[in-house]
Amino acid sequence: MLKEGKKYIWKDYQKEIADNHYYYARSCIRQNFFPGSEATFLRILKNELNKDIFDDPEHTTCTGIGYHSDIIPLETTMTVVARHFALMTAAGYKNLVPSCITSFGIYSEILETWHEFPETLEKTREHLFKATGREFNLPENVVHTSDIIFKFRDEIAARGRFRLIDQSTGQPLRIVEHIGCHYARMFPHKGIGGAEYPYVLAGMVESWGGEVIDYPERRHCCGFGFRQYLVQANRGYSLSCSRKKFESMEPYKPDMIITNCPGCPYFLDRWQYVIAEQEGKTYGENGQGIPVFTYEEVAGLVLGYDPWDLGLQVHQINVEPLLDKMGIPYNPDEKYAGPDGQDLGQPAELTCMHNL
Amino acid sequence: MKNIVVIGGGIAGMEASAFLAAKGYSVDLIEKNDTLGGRLANWDRLFPTMRRGSEVTEFLAEGVMQEAVKVHLSADIVRVERHHDTFLLVTTQGNELHCDAILLATGYDLFDARRKEEYGYGIYDNVITSADLEQIFSSGRDILTQKGKKPSRVGFVHCVGSRDEKAGHTYCSKVCCVTGVKQAIEVKQQIPDAEIFNFYMDLRMYGMHFEALYKKAQEDFNVQFVRGRLSEAAENLDGSLALKVEDTLAGRPMKINVDLLVLLVGCTPSEGTRKMASLLGLKLGFNGFFKTTDQHTMTNYSDIPGVFFAGTCIGPNTITNAITDARAAATAIDIYLSGNQLANRKMKPHEEFWLYPSH
Amino acid sequence: MKNFGYTRHTDRQIDFDATDKRLYQFVFDLEPSINLCIFCGTCAATCSAGHFTTLSFRRISLLLRRGMNDIVKKEIENCMLCGKCQLVCPKGVNTRNVILQIVKGIEKYEL
Repeated sequence: MLKEGKKYIWKDYQKEIADNHYYYARSCIRQNFFPGSEATFLRILKNELNKDIFDDPEHTTCTGIGYHSDIIPLETTMTVVARHFALMTAAGYKNLVPSCITSFGIYSEILETWHEFPETLEKTREHLFKATGREFNLPENVVHTSDIIFKFRDEIAARGRFRLIDQSTGQPLRIVEHIGCHYARMFPHKGIGGAEYPYVLAGMVESWGGEVIDYPERRHCCGFGFRQYLVQANRGYSLSCSRKKFESMEPYKPDMIITNCPGCPYFLDRWQYVIAEQEGKTYGENGQGIPVFTYEEVAGLVLGYDPWDLGLQVHQINVEPLLDKMGIPYNPDEKYAGPDGQDLGQPAELTCMHNL
Repeated sequence: MKNIVVIGGGIAGMEASAFLAAKGYSVDLIEKNDTLGGRLANWDRLFPTMRRGSEVTEFLAEGVMQEAVKVHLSADIVRVERHHDTFLLVTTQGNELHCDAILLATGYDLFDARRKEEYGYGIYDNVITSADLEQIFSSGRDILTQKGKKPSRVGFVHCVGSRDEKAGHTYCSKVCCVTGVKQAIEVKQQIPDAEIFNFYMDLRMYGMHFEALYKKAQEDFNVQFVRGRLSEAAENLDGSLALKVEDTLAGRPMKINVDLLVLLVGCTPSEGTRKMASLLGLKLGFNGFFKTTDQHTMTNYSDIPGVFFAGTCIGPNTITNAITDARAAATAIDIYLSGNQLANRKMKPHEEFWLYPSH
Repeated sequence: MKNFGYTRHTDRQIDFDATDKRLYQFVFDLEPSINLCIFCGTCAATCSAGHFTTLSFRRISLLLRRGMNDIVKKEIENCMLCGKCQLVCPKGVNTRNVILQIVKGIEKYEL
């Protein structure tokens, strides 16, 4: 593997990322899947980087799940997206930063459609005005939230207390990065590093001291696939896709997985449990799984935030082995205690995956 | 005596120079490298004969020498002036060459395989190009993986950078299909127990004897042809490559590991072509090669009287056709300089770009 | 009905003139790039869905122009619209829009 070759490609895929004044678009599902991630993003931007970011309570789903599940027609999605732009315009912002990869894909696809077919933009303006009386300007800059963390990765490293390094050996942690499909596959030039060798997460890992491992099925999708997962009978498909990736990455002995999509970390995390229960197979050390993180959680760890404030206790795969490697202190007794000390409840005993 | 400057000392430039000199013209041949032979110098054996490329180079050089062509090596053109029917060209060495006609034989460049990102050239150690493989053949070295192992399985990918909208080259490069067949045979000759797989979307064996070479590869060398275009190559832990391809005839996606992957890179317009176009104010065609005056009847002619084309600067071609084209260009220049009316025939203009969406 | 212990065989031949090409025409009119397909299979090779289902965009592209719409209808349900096929297609087929237009066409003709 020649790093120089990747650098050669990366230089062709740079993009404009606004420096400040962001309109934040939350994801529908991330607050349930990884409840600390979005809060951590806002905390980093406001407290560490002193950025102006507006978290609008009136914001809604972009309908991406409905659109990709063939329930909602594109025209409706366009109108909902137009409403987001109207809210952003009314709030006085021009830089849209969606937290969800599919939302980022939806915004990019719709802006591209409006650019190629201006009549669809006019139609959407009409639909939105009739339905809500709102008008809107197009955003000047649309980037994914992982792009923002990428942009400020060195500042985060500089302010950080921990690095992605195994304290016992001094070696960089071996890290699998997984990029959501809708980040760059539709529009490779809208992704940092392009679609084949995306640099957005790899850049963070590098800056924070870790080592990215490239394995044969790196480019394979996690298998979420919206309609596949939404129908219970089809979930085996999602499972099989993730399993293909685990089998491929296992020989490289990864210490952790970092992701930038709402669905991917969820499925890469939960399916390891299902595989353990179904087949008795585990992919991490000592009968554990490979811990899976969002990039905000990893940034939070680097910055020294309390792991339980980051919401790491709701991961299926125990994160403690990774925390130990990085030398991050944590109180095991507080793992399942809520902010006010209340008991959040313990997970059920696992049968095949070892408890700590 | 009338003077002619030929730019580019590859196959077409060498043969055209010799023919023009034989006709009694004073010929200056400008070559930017320190030897003549152009890209042929990088090719070991030739399809379909398996003769050495150097034999052809020697044949062409014999003509250049016999006819006392004035060869300027390591020379480039930095300035061109046009005065009525004549031209003044200034070389990097400061030579001022006055001439009555210019023949452009600026050839082609190879497609930069790094731009086909999904195949990992320049990233994965065991992905090489057809040009790299020719260098190994020429050097007499063994074909080995990066770790020094004799490959037990080798894959060839056809159409890398050709017929590819995403790579920006929509045309067929003409010579890569048969090169892939030739190289598959050569690898098999060197490593008889290696398995060879050629991944193709179409096999274009259009030239005389090409189909026979293909048959030879199948029958005598057991080369396996898989009808499917690679979607990606990825590196395994041991440095071998995991390929993803659809076996379209089985209708199933297929994964196959190879120790060495050879990308059959196509031809692109050369840097020299772009440079001369800019110095002379010549138009380039949609694909970036020189735009000829007429697609059927005037392929050696440019839109500037006295400026002519030969060889692969107007599109990918075989050695055979480049030589034929060079001789045709020499004749066209001779007819032009002799004032014969043949040179003044006109075709009703055709629109080259009707085939392309926009330009 | 009498049972003779044997039945008539279903004809495997594609009866080209008897097939329904409206769906293909519908898609072609809205997304002419469908006809740039040369069936090289790059799309199907990269397709994550194709590893665990019978989905192959190459096959859909072909079946569509053979009017085998019932199979097309069933097959496209496996598509996740992830965009990998569009990324790799050497001929620039807008695969994403082809799938979206097939869905519309199926609705339109109530296939």
